[in-house]
Amino acid sequence: MSDSPDADATQFTSEQVRHLASLVRIELTETEVEEFRSELASILSHIDALSEIDTKGVPPTNNGADLLNVEAEDASRPSMPREEILANAPQREADYFRVHAVLDQS
Amino acid sequence: MTADADFDLLSITLADGARRLRAGEVSSRQLTEAFLDRIASTDDEVHAFVTVTVDAALAQADEADELLVRGDAVAPLTGLPVAVKDVLMTKGVRTTAGSRMLDSLVPPYDATAVSRLRESGAISVGKTNMDEFAMGSSTEHSAWFPTANPWDLERVPGGSSGGSAAAVAAQQCIASLGSDTGGSIRQPASFCGVVGLKPTYGRVSRYGLIAFASSLDQIGPFTRTVEDAALLLQAIAGPDPLDSTCYDEPVLDFSKHLDRGLDGLRVAAPREFFSEGMDDDVADAVEAALDLLEANGAIIDRSPSMPSIPMALPVYYILAPSECSANLARFDGVKYGYGARGGESMWSDMEATRKHGFGREVKRRILLGAYALSAGYYDAYYLQAQKVRTLIRREFDRVFAEHDVIVAPTAPTVAFKRGAITDPYQMYLNDIFTIPANIAGLPAISIPGGFGADGMPVGLQFVGQRLDEASLLGVANAYERLANWPTTPPESVGST
Repeated sequence: MSDSPDADATQFTSEQVRHLASLVRIELTETEVEEFRSELASILSHIDALSEIDTKGVPPTNNGADLLNVEAEDASRPSMPREEILANAPQREADYFRVHAVLDQS
Repeated sequence: MTADADFDLLSITLADGARRLRAGEVSSRQLTEAFLDRIASTDDEVHAFVTVTVDAALAQADEADELLVRGDAVAPLTGLPVAVKDVLMTKGVRTTAGSRMLDSLVPPYDATAVSRLRESGAISVGKTNMDEFAMGSSTEHSAWFPTANPWDLERVPGGSSGGSAAAVAAQQCIASLGSDTGGSIRQPASFCGVVGLKPTYGRVSRYGLIAFASSLDQIGPFTRTVEDAALLLQAIAGPDPLDSTCYDEPVLDFSKHLDRGLDGLRVAAPREFFSEGMDDDVADAVEAALDLLEANGAIIDRSPSMPSIPMALPVYYILAPSECSANLARFDGVKYGYGARGGESMWSDMEATRKHGFGREVKRRILLGAYALSAGYYDAYYLQAQKVRTLIRREFDRVFAEHDVIVAPTAPTVAFKRGAITDPYQMYLNDIFTIPANIAGLPAISIPGGFGADGMPVGLQFVGQRLDEASLLGVANAYERLANWPTTPPESVGST
């Protein structure tokens, strides 16, 4: 463990945590905001060592295999039965998933 | 067929069980009942299972017995009871991924690994506990309950596939499936003293695996012997039109490669895997294992250096949270699983769904991933991590140009007490030696490598070249025969 995450912790603000939480659509309590702020700052202080690695001219690896452009035959196959899919819906109406109105109708 | 078998049903292996079933020495019904009884008598202590499928297992067992009695050729694992990590979709059987978010999910389809298991004849006795969405190293982050280590019930079994590892160690099933994104098969195998194999990325289809970090996730077996790991891998490996990240490569008959021996085998022990953070008891056990390998013909080379290995953990804690923040965006309370209702708008329902549906560790990683991917930080974190990932892969390639396998400890410590690690980063350090293989997409196996403090198991890890599980299984099998460590606790749970 690094013994100096506090310096970074002050740089990671509660406002940033609230902003991130709004981006990922998770409601947080004020206590959680403070706890995550401190934990994320601590984790980032360990991760920051990455920035010291010289990667000039190094291409990124974006997947675990070395496969490129995998093509599949354009063949149709049966879909899953509608009823089986809707069976897991938290709320349904007829053959639809039911949610709040998405667009403001006023 | 009678039940007065002159062997211990519960310590049976897949290989031995298949032989005895064919020879009529035991029935699948007997075997399956024995393991279900064992679950009933021990799982109040171990808590390895989220769901036990008694009726379905017994029905499958009777079907298997009909096939076996008929004497026709049967699939390789016919009639043998196994368990499945609760992160793999099982048609008609509740699948939770250890999360309240999926409390009520009953999947309409099977994961490919699960359907292949069934096609191979194996019988599933149930779904095993795990850290929520496979994020964790102790199975303390399950939304349901923590799983205990059968060697010491006060200790964790490791994670995230802790239930699958504990179930095999506690003799609740012969073998099981887990998933490994940064060590989630190998580290619990190490903690529970069993065999755990993470195949090459792309060797086993991930269709129906609830995704955590898609560039790293891979499914693999837990067993009590290396031979069984070969059999179970055989059953689930190979191309699948439903997973385009799967290699379209032939799958060897792994069982035929188990006896290649150690003579002249070039084993690298890179310095960075032995340098820091390892407890003395683990270091001593691993050194003794190296000596044993060397005394039996392997050439141990301690000179290779892989300077980027210490960066694997930081790389992982950028890539995995980033990918998880994208993958877990699908849990919005609309199509399946938990969905909060009664808020003012669709957004407030969604935010409440994710507030109550996700546990703390999952929320932390989603936030971290969103940060690493956000405008202004993407180049510094995500892109830089992908570039260092390339450096790590290159260092593995260099070592494998002159060596057959890499040997390393699986985890820096033996299993720790439940509740002992509360700092997130300290918990992440558990995976310091397992993460590099995920970063590079390489196959790796943890096998019992002796015992450390308080008689707890120590795992020995081998890492192999891409798609070369055969070499891994060969060296692991050779070591296993030489060392012959017990894979079940001497004073088994439930024995009193």
